[in-house]
Amino acid sequence: MDAGLLNKRGSSMINIQNLYKRFDKLEVLKGIDLSIEKGKTAVIIGPSGSGKTTLLRCLNLLEIPDQGTIALGKQTLKITESTKLKQAEIVAFRKQTGMVFQGYNLFPHLTALENVMEGQITVLRRSKEAAREKAMSLLEKVGLKDRAEMYPFQLSGGQQQRVGIARAMAMDPEVLLFDEPTSALDPELVGEVLKVMKDLSREGMTMVVVTHEMKFASEAADQVIFMDGGVVVEKGTPNEVINETKNPRTLQFLNKVAER
Amino acid sequence: MFGERTDRIIGILSDSFFPILKAGLQFTIPLTLITFALGLILAFFTAVARLSAFKPLVLLTRFYVWIFRGTPLLVQLFIIFYGLPSVGITLNPFPAAVIVFTLNKGAYSSEIIRAAILSIPKGQWEAAYSIGMTKAQALRRVILPQAIRVSLPPLGNSFISLVKDTSLAATITVTELFQKGQQIAAVTYEPLWLYIEVAFIYLIFSTILSYLQDKLEIRYGRGIAK
Ligand SMILES: Nc1ncnc2c1ncn2[C@@H]1O[C@H](COP(=O)(O)OP(=O)(O)O)[C@@H](O)[C@H]1O
Ligand SMILES: [Mg+2]
Repeated sequence: MDAGLLNKRGSSMINIQNLYKRFDKLEVLKGIDLSIEKGKTAVIIGPSGSGKTTLLRCLNLLEIPDQGTIALGKQTLKITESTKLKQAEIVAFRKQTGMVFQGYNLFPHLTALENVMEGQITVLRRSKEAAREKAMSLLEKVGLKDRAEMYPFQLSGGQQQRVGIARAMAMDPEVLLFDEPTSALDPELVGEVLKVMKDLSREGMTMVVVTHEMKFASEAADQVIFMDGGVVVEKGTPNEVINETKNPRTLQFLNKVAER
Repeated sequence: MFGERTDRIIGILSDSFFPILKAGLQFTIPLTLITFALGLILAFFTAVARLSAFKPLVLLTRFYVWIFRGTPLLVQLFIIFYGLPSVGITLNPFPAAVIVFTLNKGAYSSEIIRAAILSIPKGQWEAAYSIGMTKAQALRRVILPQAIRVSLPPLGNSFISLVKDTSLAATITVTELFQKGQQIAAVTYEPLWLYIEVAFIYLIFSTILSYLQDKLEIRYGRGIAK
């Protein structure tokens, strides 16, 4: 890993070049190029199986790409077929990101508060008091201060997902990654999660969001990226991609989403 | 006539109750507790080692589990106690029993713990990684607390079966509960009633242990819907 190589092109927070990822014979990402500026929100849309999740997971190295360059925050990873990353390198890179999962993945043996404190104590070595204070203020921010002592199974899906967002935020990441954060939710609970995400976006958090919520994309995104078959088919402002696209693949996808 | 017989049996049983109970408290219970504790520690490291990425360690632990699960406990006891002296290693009965039961329990319990670790959804590992944890931190802080909860019922059951299995230590001359009962049965010629008494004392022990098991399960049941 070229740890010393800083990526300072403009104010880009994430810069992905020529990213490839395959699972055995299945080529999932086929040369992705993307750039996301600091403080901006990028929304990734595209049909199921197009590689959106894999792309997000490559950004925090839950999947190790086969090839390509990822510049994120202060670090740049140049990966080739022969690259063998050490755990310490992976963790250092990953620590710059936070992730919000489709299935929340809260720690079931910990309360909401403890979920948000855990990483601060174990990973960042913050004191219990400092971690608690930060966790409480984040829970307040996501509207769950009065649910702090509850266990995940006692919370609704929307509440769990908001705890998930607070847990990710507690680590002070440079970038927040969202993988279909509202897809598992009952329709009436989607709004409360999207609202928290919009607030974060407005406050200047750098976010990469995979979602099918077109309204959220229109309102909160600075950039919309349409992926299909492992490539970026089209990217631009929400208006360009959602309203004014001439691309037949994009149009076909948008029609399908609108029908649901 | 009938009354005399009954009196005699009651006399034998009440005379023998405390000696047998004492043998239980002196050997059966310590043997159970010591080997369970040591066996758990061994099982824990074995399970984690088997899940590690270090091949030699994985092979070593697999070999160990294979040997101790694939052979009878009785044969293991005999090899250690009656066999080892021929190569110059002579152990006292109690330590020999502790060693064999620990190795045996360690092998079985490691499989329970390993299965419990594997039963925790992949998303839990990923969530732990996503907040910057290393593999060791994820295991310690996220996976094991949940795995312990999952493994408590089967471990508790194996604990209770251990109380009963320790009766096999009689075969290597440990004067534990069963051995004591056997001795008294031999001199009083009342095997039926004495072995019923022995069974009754085992029942007391395992009932108390089941109760403790329930308490533990409640304690570790944090965060699960009932
Ligand atoms: N761990 C994996 N092993 C094998 N195939 C995978 C794995 N993860 C994803 N895939 C495959 O990669 C393709 C893209 O998946 P994914 O990135 O989840 O797409 P999306 O999120 O856009 O639906 C799918 O065909 C999926 O089956
Ligand atoms: Mg997906």
